Amino acid sequence: MGKVKANAGPLARRPDNSAFKQQRLPAWSPMLTAQTVLPFFYGMATVCVLLGVWLLVTVQNTHELKVDYTHAGSCDKCFEKRKDRANANQSCNCTVVFNIENTFKGDVFFYYGLINFHQNLRQYMDSRDDGQMIGRNKNLKNPSSYCEPFMKDKNGLPIAPCGAVANSMFNDSFTLVYHSAASRQVVPLFRKGITWYTDKNVKFRNPQVENKTLTLAQVFEGTGQPLYWQKPVYDLDPWDRNNNGFINEDLIVWMREAAFPNFKKLYGVLNRAIEPFTEGLPAGNYSVDISYNFPVEYFQGRKEVVLSTVSWFGGQNNFLPIAYLVTGCLILLLAVILTAVWWKFAL
Amino acid sequence: MVDILMLPAVLTACLPVVNLCQMFSYSGEVICEPPNNKLDKFTGTLYWRDNKYPLDNEKMLLRGCVLRNTDWCFGMVIFAGLQTKLMQNCGRTKFKRTSIDKLMNTLVLWIFGFLVCMGVILAIGNTIWEQKVGRTFSVYLLWDEPIRNNNVVFSGFLTFWSYIIILNTMVPISLYVSVEVIRLGHSYFINWDRKMYYIQKDTPAEARTTTLNEELGQVEFIFSDKTGTLTQNIMVFNKCSINGKSYGTMHICVWFLCTRTDCVDFSFNPLSDRKFKFHDSSLVEAIKMEEPSVQEFFRLLSLCHTVMPEEKNEGDLVYQAQSPDEGALVTAARNFGFVFRSRTPETVTLYEMGIAVNYQLLAILDFNNVRKRMSVIVRNPAGHIKLYCKGADTIIFDRLDPSNQEFAGEGLRTLALAYKDLDENVLEEWMKRLLNASTVIENREEGLADLYEEIETGLMLLGATAVEDKLQEGVPETIACLTLANIKIWVLTGDKLETAMNIGYSCNMLRDDMNEVFIISGHSVSEAHALEPELEQVLLETACLCKTVICCRVTPMQKAQVVELVKTNKMAVTLAIGDGANDVSMIKTAHIGVGISGQEGMQAVLASDYSFAQFRYLQRLLLVHGRWSYFRMCNFLFYFFYKNFAFTLVHFWFGFFCGFSAQTVYDQWFITLFNIVYTSLPVLAMGLFDQDVNEANSHRYPSLYRPGQLNLLFNKRQFFLCTLQGMGTSFLLFFIPYGAFCLVVRDDGSHISDQQAFAVIISTSLVIVVSVQIGLDTYYWTAVNHVFVWGSLAVYFAILFAMHSDGLFSILPSHFPFIGTARNCLTQKSVWLVIMLTTVACVMPGLAVRFLKTDLYPTLTDKKKAKSLNIDTQCRLCRSRPRSRTSDSCGGPGAVHADTVARCTMFSSDTLVRLASGLSGHCVKKQCGLVGLCFGGLRLS
Repeated sequence: MGKVKANAGPLARRPDNSAFKQQRLPAWSPMLTAQTVLPFFYGMATVCVLLGVWLLVTVQNTHELKVDYTHAGSCDKCFEKRKDRANANQSCNCTVVFNIENTFKGDVFFYYGLINFHQNLRQYMDSRDDGQMIGRNKNLKNPSSYCEPFMKDKNGLPIAPCGAVANSMFNDSFTLVYHSAASRQVVPLFRKGITWYTDKNVKFRNPQVENKTLTLAQVFEGTGQPLYWQKPVYDLDPWDRNNNGFINEDLIVWMREAAFPNFKKLYGVLNRAIEPFTEGLPAGNYSVDISYNFPVEYFQGRKEVVLSTVSWFGGQNNFLPIAYLVTGCLILLLAVILTAVWWKFAL
Repeated sequence: MVDILMLPAVLTACLPVVNLCQMFSYSGEVICEPPNNKLDKFTGTLYWRDNKYPLDNEKMLLRGCVLRNTDWCFGMVIFAGLQTKLMQNCGRTKFKRTSIDKLMNTLVLWIFGFLVCMGVILAIGNTIWEQKVGRTFSVYLLWDEPIRNNNVVFSGFLTFWSYIIILNTMVPISLYVSVEVIRLGHSYFINWDRKMYYIQKDTPAEARTTTLNEELGQVEFIFSDKTGTLTQNIMVFNKCSINGKSYGTMHICVWFLCTRTDCVDFSFNPLSDRKFKFHDSSLVEAIKMEEPSVQEFFRLLSLCHTVMPEEKNEGDLVYQAQSPDEGALVTAARNFGFVFRSRTPETVTLYEMGIAVNYQLLAILDFNNVRKRMSVIVRNPAGHIKLYCKGADTIIFDRLDPSNQEFAGEGLRTLALAYKDLDENVLEEWMKRLLNASTVIENREEGLADLYEEIETGLMLLGATAVEDKLQEGVPETIACLTLANIKIWVLTGDKLETAMNIGYSCNMLRDDMNEVFIISGHSVSEAHALEPELEQVLLETACLCKTVICCRVTPMQKAQVVELVKTNKMAVTLAIGDGANDVSMIKTAHIGVGISGQEGMQAVLASDYSFAQFRYLQRLLLVHGRWSYFRMCNFLFYFFYKNFAFTLVHFWFGFFCGFSAQTVYDQWFITLFNIVYTSLPVLAMGLFDQDVNEANSHRYPSLYRPGQLNLLFNKRQFFLCTLQGMGTSFLLFFIPYGAFCLVVRDDGSHISDQQAFAVIISTSLVIVVSVQIGLDTYYWTAVNHVFVWGSLAVYFAILFAMHSDGLFSILPSHFPFIGTARNCLTQKSVWLVIMLTTVACVMPGLAVRFLKTDLYPTLTDKKKAKSLNIDTQCRLCRSRPRSRTSDSCGGPGAVHADTVARCTMFSSDTLVRLASGLSGHCVKKQCGLVGLCFGGLRLS
């Protein structure tokens, strides 16, 4: 192994006297002494507890309201109706009533939640074609085989957007109504701006065509709509032409698959420009008019509507402050034990 | 590669050699012994033309021999290939593997079993889930064709294989690659070590194998050769006694101050060897006075030997001696004016004080281990026939007045010289009987020995010589230090008992206050028996009870047998160190073989795993390199297994939430790069550079070597612990983000609980947690460690953002679907809160356990570190204060050790070396008066 050096001489094979070769590299050797470890433990405990308290206080100032509408109120009949697939094309509307006791101050977010819906199955998550959704014409007419069995429709037309994810898109729609003493007022919601910027502007693009005059319907000509959809992809949002096709925000939100079977996805944001919602959602009676389309009874799922305000670290989330408090206390306990042991054995 | 029989001289004389072709047409018959491993014996007879010719060892050219002083010789192949004596002696070469290696293979098998178990659990889970939930969900996700045929078990079967693939990162290939890289690095550090470089011979230490390094930290038994390993194997003619007068007292010692008398000037002799030194000029004066006894003394030395002279230029004599002591004696005679100039099979030419004298060589009564003497019978120019004999003092003294006994017991090899005048008739008759006896096949040796015995009687003593084999530098200190490290050193030597014991004394291996000393002598019947199966155990047990074991007169094969005995029965790591061809089998047998590149050629070095020039480097090899290697390798393995468990088991937990569908938690790219890019370099740096204790302290506290011998740093228990830690970490890594993100949203209200965001959060937490963990595991932060640890983190984030960038996505949308996730996640405060919480929760328990361990069950290393730290701080704070409680509490054995070693090193400068090496024999005796007595007693028994 020893390399023979070119220079001959009596000391030709003498190893170099470098710090690296002689393992004398200057180094810092930290040691676990009581003087460093114990203060560190107490410090960490303090930091965790303080953070926990702060987070807890913050969380206390946020509001969240969940309304399970699976078969609540008049939705029961819709639930029954959706049990039978033959009724898939019949619309069903229902209303759920609820009450907000304290004003939701600040920005209020409207979510729909699904329980026991597995967006995180491997085969399900793979069943999509990002190439198609970025608007590549090749992929539009010739989607990836991962989309099977949702790749081609009965007529042999390629499905756009293909795959199980898009096919199972949540298609209930909601209208939130505020019942004040005087009147019944529809709560205005922004239905755009509910996605990540990168998703809306990079990841999802409508197919590019040279002829700019073509309508979206013409662009998507030659493709079929997903099997379970009632409308084609270029007609998802009847009110906003620019919110159609692959860049429809509801579609984008749905396509970002949830990690766990219970999840909520953003539906809309309260428009605070209009009275009496400038401060948020005032206390009072509300109802949600639901266009009940999405069947959940097959998989024993549940559907809910969530209204929530957010803090600087996200929505209402009790886990984080409590976890911090518990961790902080445990570290404190550990620190005390360590101190006792050190006191008894090492001193 | 064959053993060749040289055609006997008698035969060559008889052969009318006309040409080669004719030579080949002769037909004779050789009857000889079957192949065996005795290098020094051969018995056979050549039948040719109705005559018998004796064949013995003298006429053999063993494999590996080189012809000297002649260009060619006729011969006949007796043994070839594996039958040659050298190969018979070699022992089989085995592929050496370390115990860590074997353990690692076992563990990998275990992990594989664990992997299969988890696969089965998840497959069963999948079967149940598909039956209960998946069936109902199949509206949204159609089952594949085979599963649709009402066969959820098949789905479970597929899931099993999917999970085997996903979870296989628990046993990454990079483990083996990294282990090899680390070992290679350690080998290079050995090669590069200046403190193991021998400047006189320009020989650096060399790790000839890269697979055994960590085993160097676990050695329990060292088997050492003596000559050339403990000693320099440079024989020095040191003293002589002629006619009762002693010459060559070299030191005048007043207390510890010994001064050498000046060297003798040999300029009167143009043929003298410049390198020869002698310190008593009275001998030169005696020879100049032409004292007959002195002349006869040196004449004997220049005649009675088997040395071959080589004279390339006029006056430039080089002697080729079979043994270094013979060479030393002939060189001494040469310098004192009796120059051995040339020899033919029948004559010897001497230059006695510048005058050429031819002696007719009548017979050589050669040396062997039983006779312990050799004689020559010569006829001098005047026609007188003389027998010159030199041999072991005990043998010669049997018949003579013992005047030279004081040479014994000083670590010198003592030879007595004697002569005898012979009558022509007696000799003639004796020569006939000799010829007869030498053609007998059975009991030839005994017959010859009897004949030799007969003529070697009635000798007249001329004097005695003492040849010294000096101890190598630092041998006693090294042995003392290794003994303190609880390494047992056995000396296995071919030398005689007395020499071995003397060396034992001078090496500090034998002391007067020792009761448990075990010295066995081979060649005596006892050892041959001792190595038989029934007695093996007894031998081993007795030997292990003793502090010092010296085996003398052992053959190469017996050396290997002793090593094998310990290796198989004690389950301990053995190391054999030697320098000569006779150590090769032992070197190959032991777990680790070390070759000393010394006087005796390269065989030992070529067969060895490590080689260096001096015995004392062994201390550094074991206590520094070995200890570090073991420590680093163990830490490396611990961390590596931990890391991969933490990394992989997250998938297992996620399985319970994703319907056991084999969905990975992480991005595919992260899985690919985690082991290769994000976490490989910091752990490599730790495996290469970490030092728990610096080299000075490794030498100072040899007891730090103990954990390696007990295999404490990495064993099945440690593996279990690191598995547990890894599982715990993976649990926290998964469930803390799960709890936090299952329902959380971004601060702008859009969701963040999607699978991609979750993947980024967990992988970031994982990389940070394992980086913090390696930071805690690293004891020695060099710049390289810093660069690698911080660099790995930086590279992680750089690659993360690159993989999630718009550019890559627009090129290959299906391969980089994580576009924008990093940006959207890592800008969130809640994400960092979770990462911080995860890190704290994963790291703190380990930290606490480690702190408790150092407090409650401190290891030796901890104590020494605490101590050196304490001393350091105290030295800085206040020099006069006595040592603190810490140093008292661990002061017991450590302190004693330190003191002993300190004392050794203190004296090592000059006096102790001289004392120990027995250079000044008288001093030794005065200092330890009991040595002589003890020695005498033992010899009697």
